[in-house]
Amino acid sequence: MSILVFVEDWNGVYKKASFEAVGYAKSWASMIDAKVVAVTSTQAPAAELGGYGADHCIQIELGQTAMGIAGQLEALSSSASGVVIAGTSLGRSVAPALAALKDAALSTNTISLPLGTAPFQIKRGAFSSKSIETIELSGASPIISFVPNSIGIKVTSGEGAVETQEISSLELLKVIGTEVASGKVALPEAEAVVSGGRGLKGPENWGIIEELAEVLGAATACSKPVSDIGWRPHSEHVGQTGIQVNPNLYIAIGISGAIQHLAGVSASKTIVVVNTDPEAPFFKAADYGIVGDAFEVVPKLVNALRAFKAAS
Amino acid sequence: MNNKNAFLHEISLDLLCVHSNLVPNHNPIMNTLVCISHVPDTTAKINFTANGTSLDPSGVQFVINPYDEFGLTKALHLKEAQGGTITVINVGPAITEPTLRKALAIGADKAVRIDADPMDAITVAKELKNHIQVNSYDLIICGQESIDYNGQQVPAMIAAMLHLPFANACVGLSIQNGTATATSEIDGGHATYEAALPMVIGGKKGLVEEKDLRIPNMRGIMSARTKPLEVVASSETGGLTSPVVFEKPPGKAEVKIVDSENVDELVRLLHEEAKAI
Ligand SMILES: Cc1cc2nc3c(=O)[nH]c(=O)nc-3n(C[C@H](O)[C@H](O)[C@H](O)COP(=O)(O)OP(=O)(O)OC[C@H]3O[C@@H](n4cnc5c(N)ncnc54)[C@H](O)[C@@H]3O)c2cc1C
Ligand SMILES: Nc1ncnc2c1ncn2[C@@H]1O[C@H](COP(=O)(O)O)[C@@H](O)[C@H]1O
Repeated sequence: MSILVFVEDWNGVYKKASFEAVGYAKSWASMIDAKVVAVTSTQAPAAELGGYGADHCIQIELGQTAMGIAGQLEALSSSASGVVIAGTSLGRSVAPALAALKDAALSTNTISLPLGTAPFQIKRGAFSSKSIETIELSGASPIISFVPNSIGIKVTSGEGAVETQEISSLELLKVIGTEVASGKVALPEAEAVVSGGRGLKGPENWGIIEELAEVLGAATACSKPVSDIGWRPHSEHVGQTGIQVNPNLYIAIGISGAIQHLAGVSASKTIVVVNTDPEAPFFKAADYGIVGDAFEVVPKLVNALRAFKAAS
Repeated sequence: MNNKNAFLHEISLDLLCVHSNLVPNHNPIMNTLVCISHVPDTTAKINFTANGTSLDPSGVQFVINPYDEFGLTKALHLKEAQGGTITVINVGPAITEPTLRKALAIGADKAVRIDADPMDAITVAKELKNHIQVNSYDLIICGQESIDYNGQQVPAMIAAMLHLPFANACVGLSIQNGTATATSEIDGGHATYEAALPMVIGGKKGLVEEKDLRIPNMRGIMSARTKPLEVVASSETGGLTSPVVFEKPPGKAEVKIVDSENVDELVRLLHEEAKAI
């Protein structure tokens, strides 16, 4: 028996969520005494995956698009007892496409390991973080797509045998270009996120947000109106209608904490709010708060963090 | 656009069609399907029935899924540019009809409701696939995600079932002579794809801008009453996933307020207590 796990890389470098996915598969496999089979691109360092629980690594020339990859995984998963795919932007297209091809049960937005395998149940986020839903998946080979950073990375060990296979991919889209900002932390992958709202008054004031993000190695984000007025790019908009984030640390600066904003960030492990208004609703959703002016507090916080980093 | 302009616009489109042989690069007309999910308003308080097995709809206002509003407006833009028809569809029970009527009032030409109370996304996708197979559409626009169950499943499933090209998290779409160019958000950036129509889109803001979103005007609301809303029997049964129980997420402990003069204390708490740095 096996649990198949899709391992995503970017130019040969594994995404952190991929290690988490292998660990997820390992936990699941140990519940049913199965092996973990990792599917990875030929460019990536497959042997590394053994350290996260992979018993067997199949290296293939991965398709260029979600549909192409889903077709390859369909071929590889015909006898698997389950499939694990991290909910990255690629994974969120691959998983439902694979479920349709296999006619298999799928849980997306999953935030727990299997609660049990007979019946097979997991917990997932629903109603934009306003609820947690337990669902049951039927059939011989359920597919799990989980929220990155909701499970955590585990270092364990697997046999880590590597094998190369050839499986063609059927592409229906022609990729004419990709552009990915280099050197910056991608929002969905980030462990820390520093987010700014309308309280920052204008795009020229984002320097303090970027500085704070830099000391923390964090990604930058913003509230919806901030991207709507064009102070920041759309791709930074978090919330119910933007990107949902799940970092260890979310720092909200000059954001009121409207219900639609909270829907995309409330799953963060620790939330810090800086706001001049002690009545701002965000304080109710926060772990730590500072009532104060961002233009005074943030530079002080940057200095304090620099001192902390230097000392540790 | 006010009514007078809309009228002039229609006339000029008619003229365009008559003289289409004179207009270079005139695109063929488009038949677009916009899949609409019917979801609680973004501000709705979410409660569940006593045994926790389903959403308690009392006091909840239902709306067109916000992601689908961008898709519907995009369909209107395409129709205005090159003619065609817009069909909106929902798989759901009769209570979703006001949502479809609203889409008609915004400008869709006809609505279809597949009469079902689907248990999961794959069942919705199969119903939609069955409809698409017997009707010919050049473009199928879905939203990236329904804000109720946050599935992000239906559009990719339809595309896979029908072997159609698929662009998810689509923030830009243009069509020239039957070829679509779609821009999608990917982790940390964007990708641009090209595909021959028909194709499936999982759309979001960017497909059109927020300021372009249309709200129903009086004329639209009046005409929506007489536009066709066809109810079709469902063709699928069962499902592969089923809800067991819904819970509210655990509440947060009281926020710890740190004095703004003492940011060192915040750093200490983040390190020692939260272990976040
Ligand atoms: C359908 C729909 C979907 C939506 N989806 C989203 C979404 O996905 N994401 C999202 O973010 N919003 C979303 N919204 C919008 C949401 O309702 C709020 O309007 C928005 O989040 C408010 O943004 P903000 O907090 O930046 O601005 P404001 O509400 O204007 O708040 C600014 C805050 O800054 C504080 N402030 C002012 N000056 C300072 C200073 N010098 N220092 C520190 N603090 C200061 C103020 O006290 C205030 O609390 C949606 C709305 C709708 C209707
Ligand atoms: N019941 C439904 N009827 C019609 N379209 C739907 C339905 N459910 C989902 N969709 C479409 O699929 C998109 C993604 O939904 P989901 O997969 O549920 O997150 C939505 O934005 C709609 O376009």
